[in-house]
Amino acid sequence: MGTKYKLIVSISKSLLLARWKQTLVAAIGVTFSITMFITLLSFMSGLNDMLDNLIINRTPHIRLYNEIQPSKIQPIDNSDKYKTYHNFVSSIKPKNERLEIYNNAAIMKALKKDNRVLGIAPKITAQVIYNVGAIDITGVINGIDVEAENKLFFFKDYVTTGNYIDLKNTPNSIILGKGAAEKMLANIGDVIQVTTTKGDRMQLKVVGYFQSGLQDLDKVQSYASISTAQKLLGESNSFVTDIQIKLKDMTVAPVVAKEYQKLFEVEAIDIQTANSQFETGSSVRTIISYAVGVTLLIVAGFGIYNILNMMIYEKMDSIAILKATGFSGKDVNKIFITIALSIGIFGGTMGLIFGFGLSNVIDQIPFNTAALPTIKTFPVNYNPKFYMIGSIFSLVTTYFAGYFPSRKASKIDPVVIIRGK
Amino acid sequence: MNEIILEAKAISKSFHDPITIQILKEISFSMYKGDFVSIIGKSGCGKSTLLYILSTMDTDYEGDLLIDNVPMRNKKEAELASVRNEKIGFVFQFHYLLNEFSVLRNVMLPGLKLGKHSSKEVEERAYQKLKILGIENEALKKPNQLSGGQKQRVAIARALINDPLIIMGDEPTGNLDKKNSEIVFSIFQELAEVYNQSLLIVTHDNEFAARTHRTIEMEDGRIIKM
Repeated sequence: MGTKYKLIVSISKSLLLARWKQTLVAAIGVTFSITMFITLLSFMSGLNDMLDNLIINRTPHIRLYNEIQPSKIQPIDNSDKYKTYHNFVSSIKPKNERLEIYNNAAIMKALKKDNRVLGIAPKITAQVIYNVGAIDITGVINGIDVEAENKLFFFKDYVTTGNYIDLKNTPNSIILGKGAAEKMLANIGDVIQVTTTKGDRMQLKVVGYFQSGLQDLDKVQSYASISTAQKLLGESNSFVTDIQIKLKDMTVAPVVAKEYQKLFEVEAIDIQTANSQFETGSSVRTIISYAVGVTLLIVAGFGIYNILNMMIYEKMDSIAILKATGFSGKDVNKIFITIALSIGIFGGTMGLIFGFGLSNVIDQIPFNTAALPTIKTFPVNYNPKFYMIGSIFSLVTTYFAGYFPSRKASKIDPVVIIRGK
Repeated sequence: MNEIILEAKAISKSFHDPITIQILKEISFSMYKGDFVSIIGKSGCGKSTLLYILSTMDTDYEGDLLIDNVPMRNKKEAELASVRNEKIGFVFQFHYLLNEFSVLRNVMLPGLKLGKHSSKEVEERAYQKLKILGIENEALKKPNQLSGGQKQRVAIARALINDPLIIMGDEPTGNLDKKNSEIVFSIFQELAEVYNQSLLIVTHDNEFAARTHRTIEMEDGRIIKM
């Protein structure tokens, strides 16, 4: 069996080398398409990851919080008389409930024990007004646990000027959003004044600038340590409005969120629900890259198809004599499939190598944009999955490109060829 | 002592395009081991058509064909291919050598396909056959470097590689000049007499036919003399 296959391979090789220029052109077609396929997907997916990370890195997988909500049951609903009526009287209005998460210390303790949880970071969101001269600018100060925030959400990467840890070490300090700082003409070391919604005023020292890449956010948001925020709001040191949770496996977030909502009696929102539009954007971009890549491969496949067809016309006599001397249609079929697959394997392998090289070149091209402080060069994702898909695809397309010509070759009637002479 | 190696039983064949013409009419004959038979007849009498049916390459016929006492009807394409590989050697009017391979490799191909011997043994056997035909010095050349007569001798060597039951030839000297025809004929004669090889040769050369052991003469799809 092994020797039989060796014979077929050696015949394929000779036929292939006899027309090596044509076969090289066919292989280059495959190489080109696989190169582009790999480069396109690596680059596109690098960009996707970067854009997703813009949100995903900074977004907790689950966020626990309290929301001001109207009472679900109005007194009239409790009346037996009107139970079956359509009631529209709502005498109990939403009241100024505390936004604090009750008993948050116990919740955090329980969360830390849950082994699905990678980490948690408490947070306080405070609506404030920045006072600049005679003008007031509305803003939001996030009170954060600096170390936990950095560990889970890479806080450091987004602090473009100043040292992030100063936020913890300097009392009454603030890291301003870049946009907000520019508006306020606030430099590092300056002291700015903020007013809370309750009317309390506080002086805060600027220790750094923060740039998330989302300009609207940077115009409004600033960061302070959790204790500074508590002081700002005049709350006790157990006051926390949000608990941000990062899970080990992001995909279970919706399920876990529901579970926590019931267990801790708080609102819980998962990342998938909060940011569904990003998922959609990424998947559309991925589909486009695959579509372009597959189109290139199919075009290359037609190239192989043409060349094999030509080869079969040229080698009609050879095929006829092979069949006359005892090679079956199946053997002839195998010979041409082998030729097609060798073109595919050679072209595909070269394509993978060139694809890797070209991705590497793109990875070196400088890419500086104010919106993305952490990115210095074009992002490229070297996912081995693309290389796997590329090689499988090159084999599949070349196989199909070889299939029809090979079948034609195997059906050649030697009598017609030999008697036609 | 003479065993039948090839038997045609009432073989008929018709072409249906554009109108039905019966080209072979109930051909029956037998060939024995060691026979050197020639089929002659005018152009269009059906002698080549008959040869291609006997060679198992053409399967569109009525009647029965037995090779080595095994009926060929209802055999699959791959089975017929292996019958051709093992039991039949071909020599055509045109040499049909593969220019991509050396002369030696061309001779070896059917042997490698048969797979009965190792490739080393097949190579040795190919050398032997080339030696019988006096062209062993050309073994490593490419076919397009040889003369017409030499090419035809390579084709004969290729036909011999698997020690076939029978060698079939379709005008094997048709493309050759007088001198080379003579060489090819004497090779056939030597094969028949020295090696007891059975041969079935279609020719329109009456002089050639006269020197074979037995002549079958055809006309209008029938055997008129045998």
